[in-house]
Amino acid sequence: MSIHRAAAIAGAFEHPLRKAPDKTTAQLHAECARGALQDAGLSLSDVDGYFCAGDAPGLGALSMADYMGLRLRHIDTTDTGGSAPLVHVAHAAQAIAAGKCNVALITLAGRPRTEIANAMGSPRGSAPATPDAAFELPYRPSTLNMYALAAARHMYEFGTTSEQLAWIKVAASQHAQHNENAMLRKPVTVEEVVNSALIASPLHKLDCCVVSDGGGALIVVRPEIAKSLSRPLISVLGGGETIKGQAAGKVDLTYSGAAISGRLAFEEAKVQPRDIQYASIYDSFTITVLMQLEDLGFCKKGEGGRFVQDGNLISGVGRMPVNTDGGGLCNNHPSNRGGITKIIEAVRQLRGEAHPKVQVPNCSLALAQGTGGLLGSRHGSATLILERAQ
Amino acid sequence: MSPPPMSPALQSVVDDAATHPYWQAAAQGKLLIKRCKECSQVHFYPRALCPHCLGDTEWVESRGVGRVYSASTVQQADGNYVIAYVELDEGVTMLTNLIDAGDGVAIGARVRLSMQPAANELAIPMFSLDKGA
Repeated sequence: MSIHRAAAIAGAFEHPLRKAPDKTTAQLHAECARGALQDAGLSLSDVDGYFCAGDAPGLGALSMADYMGLRLRHIDTTDTGGSAPLVHVAHAAQAIAAGKCNVALITLAGRPRTEIANAMGSPRGSAPATPDAAFELPYRPSTLNMYALAAARHMYEFGTTSEQLAWIKVAASQHAQHNENAMLRKPVTVEEVVNSALIASPLHKLDCCVVSDGGGALIVVRPEIAKSLSRPLISVLGGGETIKGQAAGKVDLTYSGAAISGRLAFEEAKVQPRDIQYASIYDSFTITVLMQLEDLGFCKKGEGGRFVQDGNLISGVGRMPVNTDGGGLCNNHPSNRGGITKIIEAVRQLRGEAHPKVQVPNCSLALAQGTGGLLGSRHGSATLILERAQ
Repeated sequence: MSPPPMSPALQSVVDDAATHPYWQAAAQGKLLIKRCKECSQVHFYPRALCPHCLGDTEWVESRGVGRVYSASTVQQADGNYVIAYVELDEGVTMLTNLIDAGDGVAIGARVRLSMQPAANELAIPMFSLDKGA
């Protein structure tokens, strides 16, 4: 069974807030659900499938389903960190194709900016009995330095420079200036990025994404339902997912899980990287974008630095517009997980509803890519390829 | 040689069935890795079952020499530290810290085990530049 055109994204909503001290996380989930249902033209009683990840309040989906009054016949709480919502879309399409649900709701929300917890530079906690923790936590791994290790190796292997990585932030900031909800709207220069504080070499402060409160939601439906609604039909063409770890000690930081999830998604979608008109590429850090672009086949391995420089990722300037909402680097990274915003901006582009300054003309084929967890040790990768039906 | 700043994480070192022999050996100055009794392949981090074939495993001592695979100097208000992957000559790569690294730390550099004393008479395997290499 393939999910090729088996389901459509009928509703998408990104919460406008980036700081939410007066709202609970459960409320943010529900506000995102309401926004996505309104966007689709559907109502609460239409939902029969629900997807969230391990960061949702309560045990799995139990509390959130009850809080929102959902009446369900399909539930999936797969957690691959920030890439989880991309997995959820693919799994929703599978469930729809198998007849297990008709209208799937996916929500993500969180308040790391208000709660300060889990900041990027702080030591990363682990649940008790996490088997790798005993052998790693004594060395003070953090989210940031476990991406820095991948960046350092990429520079060593391929000659990638800090200036090339900085171009990824520059592109995000050029896009974010047009997004009135973005957390960082001021355009920055390559010089400003490489002269910002070096936090974990070779990564600087401006190589890092924002820490924001907020969230997002998606509605994935059976194609016949999507056709009955007034919104453009955005079909799921293909999906791929994987988990990449340390390979029993044969650590190889030169590639990410996107090399696997991307190949699977392109095979299922029956398209090539050169066909993609817009790409949302997970941008927890600049290096994350560069490695995923290589692994997805947008350029050859090792040539990512040259590919991203000179504005090549800026809409209307370069050949490969990426993260036209400003991405996690400048716009939003709610709950320290950016996967849902990646899908939402791809939907905007395919609908022709991105900001006019960044809208890709006649965008009919887009890709969304997520990497959750730690690029330098264990991460989940998921790829989606989406199409606007003619 | 002065020990590096104590990691807060050392207070929560896990001493259980999976790790006890590892920490006991470390306190004796030895770095242990695991080898499979079935397929004979080594792996890291150590597990009770082999991640190559799910066979039972046994502890073997590493020679404690290897090469820096990647490294990052982390700026901290209470002192910088270097987090690194070191590829041991046995063919497995472990997360660790480099000590006394200074500006000489470089990917590809040869390093040698330097056991660092920790709380509760424990010791943590770290690495420093192998000046004899």
